[in-house]
Amino acid sequence: MQLSVRELAKRYKTGDGVSGINIDIEKGELVTLLGPSGCGKTTVLRSIGGFLEPDSGDILIEGKSVIGLPPEKRPTSMVFQSYNLWSHMSVYDNLAFGLKIRKMPKAQIREAVEDALKLVRLSGFGKKYPAELSGGQQQRVALARSLLLNPAVLLLDEPFSALDAKLRHEMREELREIQTKTGLTMVFVTHDQEEALSLSDRIIVMNHGRIEQVAQPQQIYDQPASLYVAGFIGKMNFLEGVADREEIRLGSLRLPNDKGLMGRVTAAVRPEDVQLSAFAENGSLLKGRVKQVMILGHYAEVTVELDGFGIVRAFQGKETVMQLQTGQVVGVSISKLTGFPVEEAMEAAQAI
Amino acid sequence: MRWYWKHVGPRRIIEFVLLTVFAVFFAGPLLNLLVLAFSEKWNYPNVLPQTWGFKWWNFVLAKDDIVSSISLSFLIATLVTLLSIVVCIPAAYAFARLQFPLKRMFLFSFLLTHAFPKMGLYVSIAVLFYQIGLMNTLLGVVLIHMINVLMFMTWIPTASFRNVHRAQEESARDVGASPFKVFRSVTLPMAMPGIMVASIFTFLNSLDEAQGTFLVGIPDYKTMPIVMYSIISDFPSSAGAVFSIILTLPTIILLVAAQRLVSADVLASGFQMK
Repeated sequence: MQLSVRELAKRYKTGDGVSGINIDIEKGELVTLLGPSGCGKTTVLRSIGGFLEPDSGDILIEGKSVIGLPPEKRPTSMVFQSYNLWSHMSVYDNLAFGLKIRKMPKAQIREAVEDALKLVRLSGFGKKYPAELSGGQQQRVALARSLLLNPAVLLLDEPFSALDAKLRHEMREELREIQTKTGLTMVFVTHDQEEALSLSDRIIVMNHGRIEQVAQPQQIYDQPASLYVAGFIGKMNFLEGVADREEIRLGSLRLPNDKGLMGRVTAAVRPEDVQLSAFAENGSLLKGRVKQVMILGHYAEVTVELDGFGIVRAFQGKETVMQLQTGQVVGVSISKLTGFPVEEAMEAAQAI
Repeated sequence: MRWYWKHVGPRRIIEFVLLTVFAVFFAGPLLNLLVLAFSEKWNYPNVLPQTWGFKWWNFVLAKDDIVSSISLSFLIATLVTLLSIVVCIPAAYAFARLQFPLKRMFLFSFLLTHAFPKMGLYVSIAVLFYQIGLMNTLLGVVLIHMINVLMFMTWIPTASFRNVHRAQEESARDVGASPFKVFRSVTLPMAMPGIMVASIFTFLNSLDEAQGTFLVGIPDYKTMPIVMYSIISDFPSSAGAVFSIILTLPTIILLVAAQRLVSADVLASGFQMK
């Protein structure tokens, strides 16, 4: 295991904090810590980097505990959200600083810095100063500086969140490429679910200082482990239904009851798993009235008011949408849902 | 005249008039001082002196106490600058980085030394100095000068230290620098423009200080401004003019240097990611 976090806990005076954090990361993995602001993801990252001393628990890097070591003694390197670079030093000096501390010979430093600049596509930028670079370039320099030190674990604290959407997208692809090339182990903190889904080998979803789910991106999306994860990742409809041994019933709809729930359940349904039909008379479908149709390019988001179930949003292809009009009565069917006991729904509602 | 008014526009002309007024207001006295310093005979109603020469320069530079006052002033200004750097820079760093109770109150308490008439403050300090034997000593003069600059020497570097972001210090730790190395290689150099500006200000302020020195340093520690008072009252105004120029010269040199540092500071603060 490249990085292991064991029962990590840290409580702040304000009452916030993290507890019961257990993470195992393999060599060469890119793992994302995903959650809303204040969920404790940065606390975990800063504890790994040595900028925070946890109250209890252990952090092992390549099998050795790093608890009690200051940041400069840890085999980690961190890329911060902003203000990574030292504005009084040129790009070259920024990159060489850490190597000079390690007493690397000058010729070797020069070579290493040039290689690192090439890796982040900034060859020839060595003489420039941070103030002369764009935000994206500054973050690439910061990334290069960390790569140079060949850390056992590279920590990234929302490194692209200060950049605009297009650039953020590019940087993501570039980071993924660099990760493949270098085989570095990376822990990436973000509140952006799209970033997490597109970037990660595995995602750790956090909420209120605890881990909600650890899984691969597709699994997080398809099989959310809790109502919180279901609501946080992607768009989701929540409908109330009743479960017996085999089935979950939503009005006239019947779907398999995989988890063996009993009694009242909350069904989480993805908009793409909702089908609309112009033939409302079919008895096996739910009935609803189209409230709004939003065309979003190659698909449309249709808002339907269901009789007795409230609002449901459905993603529909162009062909279906052409037949729909606001106010029209439609038949609604659901192909897939994830059920949760209702008590949990209450908790999640209170938590949010 | 009318076409000119129309062509250039009233705005431009008003600007020009204001500029001229300011130029005369600021540069006029200095120009007069310059002419006065090199005149040997200049009677009303002549616009320029009848006889030009270096008579008063020779006179001023030949007087022993004047020359010694110049070197004394520079010695004191240097001591004051160095000492206040030693005292105020660590304080400024603490104000910028550490959290401690009543921090804001302490920071504003520096304003107190500027809240009262100077003379009142000096007299009460002089009473204290009498009791502990600091009257008519170099240390006494240096201390009274430092009281004047405490505020700027703490406030300006505090702001500079605050401009160094925590992430910048942390990333230096992250690449392997010890806390001391971080301060020496990252925090201090990045705050340096502000520290330099404050130091130059301190140096000039000390060079210029007269009231406190007069109270605490007399009779043995006569600095340039003190000697200046006696020259102005005892000799023709030309001698005073010569002396003023000598007193102004270091100010101008240091101000030009300060201006270059200030613009460097502005450049540094332009480094922002948003």
